[in-house]
Amino acid sequence: MSLFREVPLAAPVAVFKLTADFREDPAPNKVNLGVGAYRTDEGKPWVLPVVKKVEKMIAEDNSLNHEYLPILGLPEFRSSASKIALGEDSPAILEKRVGAVQCLGGTGALKIGAEFLRRWYNGNDNTKTPIYVSAPTWENHNAVFANAGFEDIRPYKYWDAQKRGLDLSGFLGDLESAPEYSIFVLHACAHNPTGTDPSHDEWKQIAEVMKVRFSLFAFFDSAYQGFASGNLEKDAWAVRFFVSQGFEILCAQSFSKNFGLYNERVGNLTVVAKDEDNVNRVLSQMEKIVRITWSNPPSQGARLVAITLTTPELFNEWKDNVKTMADRVLLMRAELKARLLSLGTPGTWEHITQQIGMFSFTGLNPKQVEYLVKEKHIYLMASGRINMCGLTTKNIDYVAESIHEAVTRVQ
Amino acid sequence: MSSSLSAFSDTPMATINTEVKLLAAFRRDSHHDKVYLAGREYVGEGGQASVLPLIWKIKQQIGADPTLHPEYPSPLGLQEFSRRATELALGRDSSALVENRVVGVQTVGTAGAVRLGAELLKHCSSWNGPVLLSSPCDESLPHIFEAAGVRDVQHYRYWDGEHRGVSMEKMLEDLEKAPEQSVVVLYAAGHYPTGADLSQEEWKGVIDVLVRRRLLPFLLLPAQGLCSGDVELDSWALRYCVSLGLELLCAQSFSHSFGLYGERVGHLLCVLKENSNQLAVQSQAEKIIQTLWSRPPVESARVVTTVLSNPAHLVEWQEGLKGTVERCMLMRERLREKLRLIGSPGSWEHLIKLGGLFCCIGLTVQQVEFLLKRKHIYVLPGGCLNVSAINSRNLDYVSESIHQALTSQP
Repeated sequence: MSLFREVPLAAPVAVFKLTADFREDPAPNKVNLGVGAYRTDEGKPWVLPVVKKVEKMIAEDNSLNHEYLPILGLPEFRSSASKIALGEDSPAILEKRVGAVQCLGGTGALKIGAEFLRRWYNGNDNTKTPIYVSAPTWENHNAVFANAGFEDIRPYKYWDAQKRGLDLSGFLGDLESAPEYSIFVLHACAHNPTGTDPSHDEWKQIAEVMKVRFSLFAFFDSAYQGFASGNLEKDAWAVRFFVSQGFEILCAQSFSKNFGLYNERVGNLTVVAKDEDNVNRVLSQMEKIVRITWSNPPSQGARLVAITLTTPELFNEWKDNVKTMADRVLLMRAELKARLLSLGTPGTWEHITQQIGMFSFTGLNPKQVEYLVKEKHIYLMASGRINMCGLTTKNIDYVAESIHEAVTRVQ
Repeated sequence: MSSSLSAFSDTPMATINTEVKLLAAFRRDSHHDKVYLAGREYVGEGGQASVLPLIWKIKQQIGADPTLHPEYPSPLGLQEFSRRATELALGRDSSALVENRVVGVQTVGTAGAVRLGAELLKHCSSWNGPVLLSSPCDESLPHIFEAAGVRDVQHYRYWDGEHRGVSMEKMLEDLEKAPEQSVVVLYAAGHYPTGADLSQEEWKGVIDVLVRRRLLPFLLLPAQGLCSGDVELDSWALRYCVSLGLELLCAQSFSHSFGLYGERVGHLLCVLKENSNQLAVQSQAEKIIQTLWSRPPVESARVVTTVLSNPAHLVEWQEGLKGTVERCMLMRERLREKLRLIGSPGSWEHLIKLGGLFCCIGLTVQQVEFLLKRKHIYVLPGGCLNVSAINSRNLDYVSESIHQALTSQP
């Protein structure tokens, strides 16, 4: 008799199903505003020119070592990646209280961080420590922390649907009332799915409360650095501010989007602790966790990123490439808003250009979303989230008109 | 004000893994004749891990291919890779494939495949252990199962250091006593760290027990083609189990067979009894992967796929494998010869009985310590070592040192 006889079919992940449905749709004017990957104005994925250059360099370099990487990953990648998040001259780095683990993408970094926290934070193997994720958040946050063993995963107030913005007082309220030692998963920038980030002043208020409630722990998820504003420093402001205020943090970094390395799984888990001794102990435990998850990480992508970040001309070229992507997104935001305004689409559309990063929470309700998908072959998440990268100069009129129809015909 | 106490103040320093400790000690060691025989990679005569020219060429081709897009792959990895990996392991005309009873998933190396398999077993069935591992086994294995939530980890006796071989009697005894539905981890070929594999006759005896006691085999195939030089021979045990209709898991790695160590190309096979739950199991695997690494890295899986789907490449690759296997056999023979000539106590025939990267000298703790401290020769516990790291420059020193260890230490 099969051991697997009672296995239920798992529910498909919404965003994958959306892409699958899109692929099967024969309509010539279909538009995919679902999955979170960059697309050019031609609607194609983009290999960053600097990536192509460095890939070629690596392919032709026969002095390269082909052995297993160390468990914690490529040293030059880890340190240069952490510098990108914290700033080259971060006092924390100078004080040697920063460590890092190369991981399989942002998900891998979240995984190692979550596993570490479950085993060693707030006691030993304490699965009851509350994990707070924003309402809403990236759907995989829940699954990663749950699979790491945490039993109590709760939402903190974040998106205010009425005013289409941040519910700061709700957020602060949840911080104030959270049980001791709760872990808060914070989006470093370009919040997924709302595209709504706290302002500098709002971040300061959040940090203030977390200082008073000093047992709370900040776990940053940084998947879009550079991609949000086009500027690396701007997009790292919140993380750097927290570090400057003396917080210990974990920061899960992804290089999938800002390097276009979606399929090479390049991520980094940065650890900022009170001192070097703490960092060393934490890293030693993370090394053990890596060993039983993927043993050691893949070298290709990390090598590419490390070479790029540590070679001045390549670094500058990369920053330009990132800005190119961010600028296209900003342009599409401006264009979409302009069209909706000129069409006289009911409602306010300021949020389209106020929101930041790849995603926009349009405010469309599920019925309107269904209308767009079924009648107009425009694919977006039921939450009303759209990926701005799916918009092009060729389809933006169609999308704007369709949104207009949806809003005026469907309540 | 924030507390001055670290959130990590109670985190203890982790005990270091044996291999990591050994490598660190080797690097610090300034002794002129030091030799490292505890590594996992195949190294050539020059002492370096190298890449087959074919692999090199294909990597460059893939790098220059304008039709390949930077996009998220499926969490299950590349479909074509999975198909080829599955066929390589099971054989294209395997009944399990024909009957659509196989779930194949690309993973991050063997560790990833074992982790995924363990999580699948734990979360998709009422199974809650025990898992039986060989003694000795890869240090990480028990912890991988524990991390997946399987607390009941046991060992079956396997390697007999005194007789320098597998103790079939003890192994079968332990398997007979295992509770029904235990999962038994076995190396289809290329046992780590001893290199001691079972003969086909011995396999039949083991599988007989597995069937009778309703034990589920979780086979490991880390270096298909690198043990005997023949990919079909190395997967014989797996194919035999499948032909008997057994349900099983198999973790494959392409690190060794393709020299792609740093790229983490692995695969998990799940051969089911019925095809009715094939989709369900696959969907659960997908779900679990999203909480582990989301999707696997793709480039080197493409390299493997390119080789496996092209007849000319396949021939060239298999020839490369034979070259590797031959060198390993050569070093085994030369080591055996030396030990015999010097008059080292005991029989050394077991060294040449089988192929592959690893073999076990059968040393006591004191003898291993002697090699390490006095001779600066780094081997794994029990005297297990990677034969490819022996070469014409260090062969004499290594064999003489082993002799000294055996004759001067208890």
